[in-house]
Amino acid sequence: MDETPSASGRSNGPALSPETMKRAYRDMLLVRRFEEKAGQLYGMGLIGGFCHLYIGQEAVVVGIGLNMKQGDKSITSYRDHGQMLVAGMTPRGVMAELTGRSGGYSRGKGGSMHMFSREKEFYGGHGIVGAQVALGTGLAFANKYRGTDEVSIVYFGEGASAQGQVYESFNLAALHKLPCIYVIENNRYGMGTSIERASASKDLSRNGEPWGIASRKVDGMDIFAVHEAAQEAIEYCRAGKGPFLLEMETYRYRGHSMSDPAKYRQRAEVEEMRRTRDPIETLKAEMLRSGIEESVFKDIETDVKAIVADAAEFAQTSPEPDHSELWTDILVEA
Amino acid sequence: MASLILMPALSPTMTEGTLARWLKAAGEAVSAGDVIAEIETDKATMEVEAVDEGVIGKTLVAEGTQNIAVNTPIAVLLAEGEDAAAADTVTRSADPAASASVAIETPTDPGIVEAPEVAQAENDRDWGETSEITVRQALRDAMADELRRDEDVFLIGEEVAQYQGAYKVSQGLLDEFGEKRVIDTPITEHGFTGMAVGAALTGLKPIVEFMTMNFSLQAVDHIINSAAKTLYMSGGQMGCPIVFRGPNGAAARVGAQHSQCFASWFAHIPGLKVVAPWSSADAKGLLRAAIRDPNPVIVLENEILYGQKFPCPVDEDFILPIGRAKIEREGTDVTLVAFSIMVGVALEAAAILAEEGISAEVINLRSIRPLDTETIVRSVKKTNRIVSVEEGWPVAGIGAEICTVAVEQAFDWLDAPPARVCGLDLPMPYAANLEKLALPKPEWVVDAVRKQLRD
Repeated sequence: MDETPSASGRSNGPALSPETMKRAYRDMLLVRRFEEKAGQLYGMGLIGGFCHLYIGQEAVVVGIGLNMKQGDKSITSYRDHGQMLVAGMTPRGVMAELTGRSGGYSRGKGGSMHMFSREKEFYGGHGIVGAQVALGTGLAFANKYRGTDEVSIVYFGEGASAQGQVYESFNLAALHKLPCIYVIENNRYGMGTSIERASASKDLSRNGEPWGIASRKVDGMDIFAVHEAAQEAIEYCRAGKGPFLLEMETYRYRGHSMSDPAKYRQRAEVEEMRRTRDPIETLKAEMLRSGIEESVFKDIETDVKAIVADAAEFAQTSPEPDHSELWTDILVEA
Repeated sequence: MASLILMPALSPTMTEGTLARWLKAAGEAVSAGDVIAEIETDKATMEVEAVDEGVIGKTLVAEGTQNIAVNTPIAVLLAEGEDAAAADTVTRSADPAASASVAIETPTDPGIVEAPEVAQAENDRDWGETSEITVRQALRDAMADELRRDEDVFLIGEEVAQYQGAYKVSQGLLDEFGEKRVIDTPITEHGFTGMAVGAALTGLKPIVEFMTMNFSLQAVDHIINSAAKTLYMSGGQMGCPIVFRGPNGAAARVGAQHSQCFASWFAHIPGLKVVAPWSSADAKGLLRAAIRDPNPVIVLENEILYGQKFPCPVDEDFILPIGRAKIEREGTDVTLVAFSIMVGVALEAAAILAEEGISAEVINLRSIRPLDTETIVRSVKKTNRIVSVEEGWPVAGIGAEICTVAVEQAFDWLDAPPARVCGLDLPMPYAANLEKLALPKPEWVVDAVRKQLRD
């Protein structure tokens, strides 16, 4: 077990190159601005149903994404927009699925919680808490069955870590030495229930211990720490040593879903997080310290805003699915 | 440029709300994420966050205003350097409807969109020479053939490998195909089913054996929510070619938790196919078809049938179409519709009825979903009477579906109300005499037919 990096400090991992930092900054900002726009469109009634925003947790998915290669698979819960953008799915296609339009990844038949991309090896987008853990273990099983060195990244929240199938999956992955990186995104609240009220296990990074699963607890608000831990975990899995568990200590700024009044935590707690631990601001400060000029951030901001505006425009102008879509894709024609 | 802040929808069902409190006043600077107001809905008090940075130019709605419709402008946000006058301009020029949503192309609502016609499966053909084998052997051979044919096929479940199958259905498969493709699991249905479904989403073709279908309940979320629905939810990108198989229904003296029929449970789910073989030919032909099918298929076997012998075609290409019933015995006075072990009960009933001069046609459904309604309806139009026979419970059972098909599609041909013979509507008792009383027997079928002819 490695020691926990301090909240604001750098981990001992390798420093990132200026180019990698720029990419990470850009990707995190894209996720943030995309989600803000999604929240806005939800407020306008253009997105319906459940919509769970990733704001605050950006360093987790971006830091891991920096270490993924072509063919690596990923799967997550319903808080999935960030994962999709990092997997390389287009902001247009994701946003248009949120608005339920034919230009969406599922042609409007999946919605916020159910989106997939065969091409980008993104396996959803799952609305049942914990289901993606067993499914993701199956993605790793498939990698091993086919004899590739590809890995499977399985994201779930600390809330899902109370589900029985998570531990059934740990057992199977450890038995078969599957190349599976389990990422607990511990944002402290499973909907409105704090981790203290939900888990007798106080250190989730140790939840794989009975099966001998290697693990680390990571400051999930710090892109450097996430990157370094992800690198270790992914190398370990690629080498055929079996599964790896990463507990990412992170935080979501918004409610569980759009309709969450968030009365279970103090506004001050959220403010404090945003002020002192924000993953994007933290990276920006580090980049400025390393000599990257302020103009770089302005350019990235302009670029990202344009991408998000274009996605929102597309998501509002793409037509609703044709009625014939109602009856397609129920079965594959044998 | 100045922009309008609109009354947001803060839940899937919110259409209006009360502006309870302004937390920012005109002239105050805000950045994205700042709470600017509190809104009360019928469910909760919610905070409204700014989505952009700027200065509040003016508020357009007073605190305490009720019933403000979603998308009504509630404030003006000024961009950096703009003065308050811009607020008036934007308020005057803005058309709230236009700013709230862009006109979209929406097909006109047709009311009901009928399901497209689905082509019926091919009829079974004559496969020539047969040999007598047990249902167990037929299932084993089907798996061995498909494992040989396709490297992506593998068998996974409890005791399928070293133990050779809890009911010896996978006898010899480990020896021939090795532990990569014949995989023992711990007793962990939820976990291994989810894992197999995940593997299938990547294109592998798992055969998941449940030691008995009773244990599929531990894994039912993955069968329904993960396997059956992903194709639809992914807009056709991600199919799930997987087979879930195992003994279904009552065995003998194993009590309530191990004696139940799941045909009705799984037949209810769009995105699944469900087959229920009776004979060795059914078992071999349907299991091979299930393994080759690109969709999730449930194969409901029966423990009591495992050891029974039936003729099975020897042709190495033998396979049956999913979705086609088989007429096991032709008749003219009544149609008996059954599946799995109840086909035998229906045939026995038909033999008794024949002695009384009553000619019963016996349909072996083979597939529960899709259901071969064409064969059922054609038969009813000939015999004018129908009795369904199933081991499962009556309420919302397969018999209810079959009788509905007869009433909806052959009402004018019916000479008697359709009848159902089902297992009794109770948990299976253990005592030998009580168990016998709970399961359909040929006499019940004969009685149902006599009643139809008498009334």
